[in-house]
Amino acid sequence: MNSVVNTGAAPVATPFFFYFLAGAAIVSGLLVITRRNAVHSALSLIVTLLSVAGLYLMLYAPFVAGVQIIVYAGGIMVLFLFVIMLVNIERSAKDRQFNRIWPVGLAAACALLSLFVSAFVKGRNLFPDRLVALQESSNTQQIAAMLYGEAGRMGPYTFAFEIASLLLLVAILGAVIMTKKKI
Amino acid sequence: MLTRAANDDDRRRTTEFERLNFMVPITTFHYLVVAAALFVLGVIGVLTRRNVVIVLMSIELILNAVNLNLVAFSRMWGNLHGQTFAVFIVVDAAAEAAVGLGILIAFFRNKETINVDEIDLLKW
Repeated sequence: MNSVVNTGAAPVATPFFFYFLAGAAIVSGLLVITRRNAVHSALSLIVTLLSVAGLYLMLYAPFVAGVQIIVYAGGIMVLFLFVIMLVNIERSAKDRQFNRIWPVGLAAACALLSLFVSAFVKGRNLFPDRLVALQESSNTQQIAAMLYGEAGRMGPYTFAFEIASLLLLVAILGAVIMTKKKI
Repeated sequence: MLTRAANDDDRRRTTEFERLNFMVPITTFHYLVVAAALFVLGVIGVLTRRNVVIVLMSIELILNAVNLNLVAFSRMWGNLHGQTFAVFIVVDAAAEAAVGLGILIAFFRNKETINVDEIDLLKW
């Protein structure tokens, strides 16, 4: 802990909250990929998303946490639940749950995990241990300045923001055309 | 919860916790480990599950892990580029989920199944 920046403010949350939220996220993530019923998986995924939103709050990112709850837990998960209701999950719940090449997939994932572990063990000191306290009260305003620009100037991400709106338009059209009865 | 009006007893307990290596300050590295765990869980889900809906949910897990990394690095450097990029990734995730689930509906209408093994219409 060579360069811990202390801004004088009282700690927002104790490490206990970090371990609690991280544990909740990982355990419910494990439930997502192991449940037989897709509805149970979706509900576990909601728990994961809310825990990650809590971690964002601990990282001084209240806007991203709000977006996470509104867009992910509110929008995307409702979409998932609707589709689960539309397709026939009873058949696939009774079926075999893992595909034919699951040992290969598991081996590849274990290789990835060992890669992560070795990178983190070897590169432990590459990451500075500093903790910068970002300004929380004007977080949304600063992100808006990034996206839209401020004082008449374009922000660094204004063009990317417009492209993102185009991407959403294409996604809407794609989803509507895909679900039409006759393509 | 540590308050400013912590008395000596509380302070002594804190040092005991620190000796137990439990109350160490949470650094960027801790968040990276959590994100890596979520990422690996998502990869396992994508590579082994048979239900397409759960495969798409695993992709959401992977995207969340990346987002957590970005926000953690945003805090490490003390600027907001990482958080802004995380918002863009949420946009991407929404678009991907909409199109992916649309494809799933179209496929289910044609073949009455949502198993990955049986999606082989493009196989020659």
